[in-house]
Amino acid sequence: MALLQLERISAQYPGASQPVLTDISLSLGPDQLLVALGPSGSGKTSLLNLIAGFVAPSGGRLTLDGRAIAGPSAERGVVFQDDALLPWQNVLDNVAFGLRLAGTPRSQREARARELLALVDLAGFEQRRIWELSGGQKQRVGLARALAADPRVLLMDEPFGALDAFTREQMQELLLQVWRRTAKPVFLITHDIEEAVFLASDLLLLEPDPGRIGERLQLDFGRRYAAGESARAIKSDPRFIETREHVLARVFAQRQRKPA
Amino acid sequence: MSSLEVSLPAAAGQRAQLRPRQPLSLFAIGSLSLAGLLTLWWAVTTTGLIEPLFLPSPQAVLQRAWRLLGEGYMGASLWQHLAASLGRIGVALLFAVATAVPLGIAIGRNRVVRGLFDPLIEFYRPIPPLAYLPLIVIWCGIGELSKVLLIYLAIFAPIVIATATGVRTVDPARLRAAQSLGASQAQLIRHVILPSALPDILTGIRIGLGVGWSTLVAAELIAATHGLGFMVQSAAQFLVTDVVIVGILVIALIAFALELGLRALQRKLVPWHGRGH
Repeated sequence: MALLQLERISAQYPGASQPVLTDISLSLGPDQLLVALGPSGSGKTSLLNLIAGFVAPSGGRLTLDGRAIAGPSAERGVVFQDDALLPWQNVLDNVAFGLRLAGTPRSQREARARELLALVDLAGFEQRRIWELSGGQKQRVGLARALAADPRVLLMDEPFGALDAFTREQMQELLLQVWRRTAKPVFLITHDIEEAVFLASDLLLLEPDPGRIGERLQLDFGRRYAAGESARAIKSDPRFIETREHVLARVFAQRQRKPA
Repeated sequence: MSSLEVSLPAAAGQRAQLRPRQPLSLFAIGSLSLAGLLTLWWAVTTTGLIEPLFLPSPQAVLQRAWRLLGEGYMGASLWQHLAASLGRIGVALLFAVATAVPLGIAIGRNRVVRGLFDPLIEFYRPIPPLAYLPLIVIWCGIGELSKVLLIYLAIFAPIVIATATGVRTVDPARLRAAQSLGASQAQLIRHVILPSALPDILTGIRIGLGVGWSTLVAAELIAATHGLGFMVQSAAQFLVTDVVIVGILVIALIAFALELGLRALQRKLVPWHGRGH
């Protein structure tokens, strides 16, 4: 199974005086759902862009299964905040797009796309146009599209940030089910504390100026949901509330220190 | 508050009655304007206010148009003149699209190509095509090549510029999405950049065809034996005013039809345009 490793990664935009990320080390392996939580300016998106290969680090080593990451590739699938679907293709063609790029025959890639649409509860939406979908449906198509190319890790850039609260909870639960069924390592960034605590098997708290890892937590709420416990029971569990408050306190402490 | 409740259904009833008296549609106003112009034309010619030599009556023009379709003018029917003009603009458009779209993509994607071609295109684009027509005639003679080349140059610049703009404004998230699905450079262009830029390319073609059509007619005034421009010019020399007017009307109708056709094509090819994407 896949193992993603970052060793002492730093990143700096050309011309900027301060780096956006310093000394980031982490590893992401099978059955892990790693969530990076942080305020804006903590370099969350930069971190995801580094792993996806959209930008190159200014220092450190990035490897997937021991091979250095150089540029974007189909082995690291990305789900974007603003879906980034192609409106000139219908839902089925969007999901099958990665397989089409890889030269998979039509019947085969469409069969695979149908399976993935069923996995994200969108069976029957194959022929819809993209602009006919709601925000939550678009994100599900984005998730199915990333999974269809069978990536070794799945990267998610604030995937539920633009959704309403009700849809967001549904999508979080859907993600945990998909994660359990596909067993793919997932790296997700968010600024929503409850979302981070609920989903993460491993939680990274990022601190800004320059972006760095403040704390690492190992959690099991997402695993408990994936194992069949109800979301409401988990979120009202005193341990969940305690963890959420702890993370909240860390983020607030950080914010109060900042003006000084 | 009860008065409000009572007045609501009443207001709805009134609105239903008022519907026929809605303001005139733009189409209706436009038709009125055209009908007014026709009536004025008919009035000044039938009363003999203006001599037929300067302005023949609408009926006379219509009759002439009918005869032009059959016996023609200067050894060619109206259809043949029309076919000559449409053939020239068609060939020029084909070559312009085939060369301007790839160049526009290269300019939009590559800094060096942009640096090389941008000044050249910006230099020749504002020059009225008729200003360099004499040079083209000196170089290429008065044959078909000169006319097609002139129209080609007129259409080429707007398409290159529109394509390059469309390529530069492709949503970077879509590019990244395709790259993280394993797209090569060629696949990016084929599957993401070209469809993204298609609305701009079609707008470029619309603008180019407009410029090209007016250039074509002007080019045919100078050196031709067929074509709508030639027909108008030659008829003017013999003071056959009704042929001149028929020619002008046909030229206007073709331009109008081209514009409508391209708008319909745009709606059909890029239905997602302007849908929040």
